[in-house]
Amino acid sequence: MSTHAGHPVRRADVCAVAVADTFRGDGETLANPIGIIAMIGGRLARATYEPDLLMTDGEAGLIANHEAVPAKRDRMVETYNPYRRMFDVVWSGRRHVMMGATQVDQYGNQNIAGLGGTPARPKTQLLGFRGAPGNTINDTTSYFVAVHGPRVFVPTVDVVTGIGYDRASALGPVAARFHEIRRVVSNLGVFDFETPDHRMRLRSVHPGVTAEDVVAATGFELVIPSSVTTSRLPTPDELRLLDDIIDPEGTRYTEVPDPT
Amino acid sequence: MSPEAYPAPKDKRLTEDEAVGRLQSGMTIGIGGWGSRRKPMSLVRAILRSDLIDLHVVTYGGPEVGMLCAAGKISRLTFAFVAPDVGAAAVLEPHFRAARQGGAIECTELDEGMLLLGLHAAAWRMPFLPTRVGLGSDLLLANPGLRTVRSPYPGPGGGEGEELIAQPAIGLDAALVHLNVADERGNGAYTGPDLYFDDLLLEAAEQRFVSAERIVPVGDLVAAAGDVTRLRVSRLFVDGLVTAPNGAHPTSCDPDYGHDEAFQKAYLATAKDPERWDAFRRDWLSFATEAEYQAALAARPAEGAAS
Repeated sequence: MSTHAGHPVRRADVCAVAVADTFRGDGETLANPIGIIAMIGGRLARATYEPDLLMTDGEAGLIANHEAVPAKRDRMVETYNPYRRMFDVVWSGRRHVMMGATQVDQYGNQNIAGLGGTPARPKTQLLGFRGAPGNTINDTTSYFVAVHGPRVFVPTVDVVTGIGYDRASALGPVAARFHEIRRVVSNLGVFDFETPDHRMRLRSVHPGVTAEDVVAATGFELVIPSSVTTSRLPTPDELRLLDDIIDPEGTRYTEVPDPT
Repeated sequence: MSPEAYPAPKDKRLTEDEAVGRLQSGMTIGIGGWGSRRKPMSLVRAILRSDLIDLHVVTYGGPEVGMLCAAGKISRLTFAFVAPDVGAAAVLEPHFRAARQGGAIECTELDEGMLLLGLHAAAWRMPFLPTRVGLGSDLLLANPGLRTVRSPYPGPGGGEGEELIAQPAIGLDAALVHLNVADERGNGAYTGPDLYFDDLLLEAAEQRFVSAERIVPVGDLVAAAGDVTRLRVSRLFVDGLVTAPNGAHPTSCDPDYGHDEAFQKAYLATAKDPERWDAFRRDWLSFATEAEYQAALAARPAEGAAS
């Protein structure tokens, strides 16, 4: 891979800019990426081409810092945003959340509640619905998956916590007018739903990954464009920001290690 | 009327066991805090040593849910998540999972915002509040009692009124919350990052219990809390007041103390084997009083006293 700022671009760097690009065009929106690389990528978007984004400290504040996880005493708080206040933002439509997913399916349905059994009594209990139903019916939503595999990218999720395009379509255009699943970013590539029936499409493969690799790691039929593009590399300035300001500890490399 | 004939103000001071003595098996109990943050654990410990059973717990769940499940106290749980919040990664609550997977508890599963609306509806004495949260999701399968309602007003563009979820009121028989500081009458304040939903839980409940790290004289609460905007619990909505220093242990009570990570890890590990849970319950959850629990904590060797 090409070299910027003195070190080769690694897979996690590509993931971070792919996450950042998910927030491109959002303007003065609460960008709410949840997770290590998700947060790093969101901070990168704000530090570069989306300066008006608002972002959380993961607790009760919206902060101006570029560091992914600034120390408490260093936080530059823009506003107080306790949990209850978050619902005001979510229900106002002024948020783009990036969640994780234990399962995600071809229409972008997400599951974080349970595996097997029935929704009323799962065989394996996970976290719960958390805020996923409210996030997906009210705001733009994206997902980040650190380990792309056929048990995560499944034909149909066991429990629909975050609603995908088939569920939104069944609700009709009025009820679903605020629904958008913009992107899924994984350690292998970037995916969107920009197809006639909103099935998941391979948008780009990360450098070093082939479309065949992605297909083999996906449990349903992806829409594959006739020519598959490669995810972009960070610019030298983006890599400098990641290395020096946003994630100097390199936590992104623990979440997505380089392929062996 | 002579001054000596005037009634005295209510005395709401209780011990944990007196507060829990006012509860009954089968009740719906709201528990304050969020995840592993500012949970009213001294009151939960009093429930654990009581003979109460068949409780319906409503909460943004943390380790108290797992402990109450493991002790067989819960028959129903209303929740949006249960997360013990230990370490860098969000982990799952093993005792809660075992209870749910084994069918030991019935569940009313909600989105976090629906729980807020259900408490608001109860607090405002409304039968339900409308929301689009939940539409299209499997909440309607997980929670088959959930109903929709059609707006009587025109929809966007003058069309038919929108169909919305009617989140029913979540009325509580009792609410238990833990705050940083309260005054002697039962007015309370939080000094940490977030009140969470504690005021709403109290307002949604018939019987309302507050435990607090410190109790100060009436008139001193603003100074004790640092700012009047932190006085978010009124004695209007408090029936019982418990002095409970370190009462949220092992959960956090910022800025007074963080969570006791070593203790919580030890607790989570008890799910691996019933004997370990029995030993944990015997060693830590069977004291006759909260004071004995706190004394045992204080007497731990230094390496055992975590975070």
